[in-house]
Amino acid sequence: MSAMLLVRALRDPASVQGLGSGEWNALVSMARAEQLIGTLAHRLNGLSLPPAIDRIMADARDQAAFVRRQALWEADRARAALNGLDTPVILLKGTAYAAAGLKAGVGRSIGDLDILVPREALPSVETALMDAGWEWVKSDPYDDLYYRRWMHELPPMIHRERDRMIDVHHTILPLTARQTPDADAMIADRLELGGGLCVLSPEDMVLHCVAHLLADGDLAGCSRNLWDLHCLLEEFGGEGGFEARLESRAALHRLRPHLERGLRLANGLYGAGGALRLSDRLYVRRLLSRNHWGQETGKLTRLAFYIRSHWLRMPPLMLARHLWIKSGAGALTGQRRSQDGHVEIGAPKRASIR
Amino acid sequence: MAQPRFRAEDASHLVIKPLDDLSLIYHRRSGTTHVVASPVPEMLGVMGGDPLGVEEILERLSQRFELGNETESLIPVVAARLEELAALGLVERL
Amino acid sequence: MQGLSLQIGPASFRIASAWREPVEQLERLYAAYPKPESGIADFTVRLEPARPWRRWVRPSVAICGDYMLPDAAPLPLAQGLLAAEMGMNLQMALGWRRHALLHASCVERDGRALVMTGASGSGKSTLAAMLGERGWRLMGDEFALLDLATGDVFAFPRLISLKNGAIGVMEGEAKPVRFGPLMQATPKGDIRHLVPRPEAVARMSEGAMPALLLFPRFGHEAAVRSVGKSESFVRLTQASTNYVALGEAGFAALSRFVDEVPAQAIDYGSGEEAMALVEQLWSAAA
Repeated sequence: MSAMLLVRALRDPASVQGLGSGEWNALVSMARAEQLIGTLAHRLNGLSLPPAIDRIMADARDQAAFVRRQALWEADRARAALNGLDTPVILLKGTAYAAAGLKAGVGRSIGDLDILVPREALPSVETALMDAGWEWVKSDPYDDLYYRRWMHELPPMIHRERDRMIDVHHTILPLTARQTPDADAMIADRLELGGGLCVLSPEDMVLHCVAHLLADGDLAGCSRNLWDLHCLLEEFGGEGGFEARLESRAALHRLRPHLERGLRLANGLYGAGGALRLSDRLYVRRLLSRNHWGQETGKLTRLAFYIRSHWLRMPPLMLARHLWIKSGAGALTGQRRSQDGHVEIGAPKRASIR
Repeated sequence: MAQPRFRAEDASHLVIKPLDDLSLIYHRRSGTTHVVASPVPEMLGVMGGDPLGVEEILERLSQRFELGNETESLIPVVAARLEELAALGLVERL
Repeated sequence: MQGLSLQIGPASFRIASAWREPVEQLERLYAAYPKPESGIADFTVRLEPARPWRRWVRPSVAICGDYMLPDAAPLPLAQGLLAAEMGMNLQMALGWRRHALLHASCVERDGRALVMTGASGSGKSTLAAMLGERGWRLMGDEFALLDLATGDVFAFPRLISLKNGAIGVMEGEAKPVRFGPLMQATPKGDIRHLVPRPEAVARMSEGAMPALLLFPRFGHEAAVRSVGKSESFVRLTQASTNYVALGEAGFAALSRFVDEVPAQAIDYGSGEEAMALVEQLWSAAA
């Protein structure tokens, strides 16, 4: 039994009526493992289900409501902290879907708060957040430097009292990635939600989802991200001219091939169906690699995607340097850390290391 | 310098339960439970939904409760509580 | 993976294990417990090798399941039973929403419940185990389940987890067949599990009205002190893993509980001392 059981249940909720107890146990464990139990619970709402499943799904809907409220409150706190600055604050991902009342937000599990701000605003945003009680998640100075120079976000911050993380992005993909989306255009074309918070335009929201799904990571959480994509496409697809706008926007952000693959995967798994390429099937295999106990399967496929994700984020020479320093081998060359953790490059070798 | 003004969270967002000398406040929008002492519940009660400065709040408190003659000395107390409440999101600084 | 399913109070579990031994131990100790009615489990617990080769080489059990802690240290196979118990605890702590979870032991007499809460080492589990052998019905040693609507408490009578000194004490009170294996050098010292008495298992779905809340503290001169409502509230919510997730319903249930249930802190130096204090305070609360 693979995660096709979960895909089918989401795509066609009525199909669960006939599942045996073994299949139900598998479905629940898979959905929880993929962070999709809240979504599934909403899709199955109203169907006639075994009482034990009714209880599990009711709990999942209540839990999702709790998570949603926490996420929206966190967004409100960020709004209050950044109130005095004259800078747009754009919600991203799950919090954005919830705040904008989108289908993609229904029953969704939401983790950290992700916001997008203009790059020039980063220093003042950083200061304002720290004034309001956020602080750095402890990390080492190399990570900190790396983040600031190359990543698309500030190093993560956590609120000292509420214990919730915030990720402040200035573009949607790392600067080291091969694609360079137009962050200025995304910010310029944002939608105001009222009350000081914004979201991306529908086209940019879809493309951010696609970028996150295909261009950024090792596909952890991919089932959920693909479901997000499917929901967004369904929601916005009705609006006249959306497909055309989406295509031209994809060209602007240099995400055309990713969008096309995303569309094929979303349609193929969750939508009306459609032809999948051979390379798409690798993605599908990765998406479905979960067994009836909820365990990850498909070790080789996962490894392949994991390696790929690092390859995507960094050009080869940088990757080599990054791994060199991370491994501590850099200590044997001209790179060393001084007592206060400051990384020096080109300093003379020292006899005693550690 | 202009006096800072504050607006309390709408009463419908708060569930206040007094227990012995402290009160519990459940804040619906944030899902947080606060354990507070006087004059916090009383302050939230008199503020209503109005934008008020520290002295205006103190004025309302003295109309509703027996504060004695030393109301001036309570200004820093009320001011300090307002700062804390703003940090918690129970009042908004305007 | 082999497995078994079981029902404890209102919660049902399916437990998968890469090794036979923990499953056998669970089957023996939980023999009197019912299976989930429809075969559908509320939670899945998995005992997996921490690395593929650790299935055979110095077998190492990672505690996995629907809900997991990312940095949880694996346990040696000899403590596989402990891993399974910890796994079930974790599912409850992170995933249960149908009651407010109090980190407390609980016993019942005449339809009324005594709830005892405190940090590890306070003695709440041992006290509950002892009372369970002396005419009280054991409802749980780790969790008391507070009904959100009615205010009654319900039972979660899993295997009682006895630690260190408590093991010897209870070996004197209960027959050998009710004990699990002695596990030494666990992260919490020596541990041995005790199966609750048959009546406690048979009556696992019966609730009771909470009548007394105690904060026990072992290893001090005998003393009793009343605990105020706000102090009780703060201590109980800090010890509840699902209070925040329950939102307003949790707030209502817990504030009602501290409003209606008298609370005392008791210090004691021995089990017998504690028994005497409990009987005294229980009569006073009647």
